[in-house]
Amino acid sequence: MLNDFLVGMDELVAQVSDGVMLAIPKDESGVAMEAIRGIIRKSIEGLHLLCVPVCGLHADLLIGAGCVATVECGGIVINEIGAGPRFRVAVRDGTIQLKDSTCPAIHAGLQAGEKGQPFAAVRGIIGSDLLKYRDDWHIVDNPFSDGNDPVVLVPALNPDVFLFHAALGDQHGNVWIAGRRDLAYTAHASKTTLVTVEEIFDGDLMADEKMGPGSLSSVYVSAMAHAPRGAWPLPLANRYREDVDHYKEYARLARSDDGFRRYLSTYVLPATEAA
Amino acid sequence: MSHDELLIWTIARLLKGERTVAVGSSSPTPAAGALLAEALSGGGTKALIFRNNLNDPFPESGSELYDRVGQGRIDVFFLGGGQIDGEANLNMVGVGDYPRNRVRFPGSHGTPVIYMLVPRVILFREEHSRRVLVPKVDFISAPGSSPPGVFRPGGPSDLVTGMAHLKFDRARGRFILVSVHPGHSVEDVREHTGFVFDIYDDVIETPAPDDACLRLLREQVTPKVWETYPDFAVTKLGYRPNASDL
Repeated sequence: MLNDFLVGMDELVAQVSDGVMLAIPKDESGVAMEAIRGIIRKSIEGLHLLCVPVCGLHADLLIGAGCVATVECGGIVINEIGAGPRFRVAVRDGTIQLKDSTCPAIHAGLQAGEKGQPFAAVRGIIGSDLLKYRDDWHIVDNPFSDGNDPVVLVPALNPDVFLFHAALGDQHGNVWIAGRRDLAYTAHASKTTLVTVEEIFDGDLMADEKMGPGSLSSVYVSAMAHAPRGAWPLPLANRYREDVDHYKEYARLARSDDGFRRYLSTYVLPATEAA
Repeated sequence: MSHDELLIWTIARLLKGERTVAVGSSSPTPAAGALLAEALSGGGTKALIFRNNLNDPFPESGSELYDRVGQGRIDVFFLGGGQIDGEANLNMVGVGDYPRNRVRFPGSHGTPVIYMLVPRVILFREEHSRRVLVPKVDFISAPGSSPPGVFRPGGPSDLVTGMAHLKFDRARGRFILVSVHPGHSVEDVREHTGFVFDIYDDVIETPAPDDACLRLLREQVTPKVWETYPDFAVTKLGYRPNASDL
């Protein structure tokens, strides 16, 4: 049983195939950047990217590298820089399909998904142009109200793959997620959950009095790979901050097609010529 | 006193007497204003700053904020927008025709829900220009007002920009100019605003903070701002982090 969950990075990334719905978390929840670079190196295409619920450099990188066909998100924004530069280009050129959403609709959709329910009701939204373009969202009359009370329904979300990075995982496949419920309910709702971890915990996280309550059980984990500093240049809570200088370099390079290609060849793609 | 310090103080002033104030992502100035209001309140005001790595108000992450908002338990929230129009409609999606916007903004985030449910939403946008303050937004991420019958306990109350402070009159669906920041005139505001607005008879210059308040901001609040917005704290507020913080 031991080691079943632990795989190499290549083996982990191999579980992401063309065209799947891939859920990725927001910056501060733990982003598996090394695995995302691996997805780009594998030239994966046609992903339906579900941002939970807003993503940054990681989503912009996948879009710029041509891995993404559809983006479903509350937003794509890089801290203190603004809208993702490659996202902006892809929108302008019409190379991605947009399913513009709003954060609470994504959370509610995943929470419906984890329960096996068909939809969730979300307050607000009525009067937003989002509704004009989301024909999978519906306005119904609240059946529990006395009078006229329109309410928006959004469909359940059950991603094919959820990919994130965490500080600790053990050899049983349990992952310490520091009690982050967004990671928990996205994993509950997803068909496959892939995790990269900073460190391998010596022991059983679920059996540990302090770690257990903040951990995700191996029931929900399909595979795990060891990736020290695996969130870089994004932050990992309580471990390291975001690499602000790298963000600035990304922002500068990703402004142009040439610059973005240079970024990919420097930081993502394997060196093809010996230095 | 710097321009950024004046804006932070202006926001803090608007929060006097408020209880639970939440600030979303990518909002350094409102975050600083809310933290200053909290420091000035002697415990009455609680500032919830998102994306704070060290002191996240909702460490469980995820839907918690929206659960609080849904129950009406967040009193004030800050929103912005790539475009804001005279009816306080917000556009966080883009300029031009959707979906292939010629200029794309990050996205609607939680705005379509927050704007309708949080009792008092303060709009903050540093750039005061006809590019931002438009006659009609190109995309309504969230509407400034709603027809009768739509559940809407919340909505806009104020708009603070780098040039002025305006209030939003919900009954009339229009902005009213309240104060103009030092170095600008009512004429400047008119020239750089793309929508029609009303003007108070007694428009004042936006008041500056006193020395004690400024000291509080610099010594106690700015280090907290740095926790969430390091670049803003260093470049705009002149913060020098200690080696032990890094």
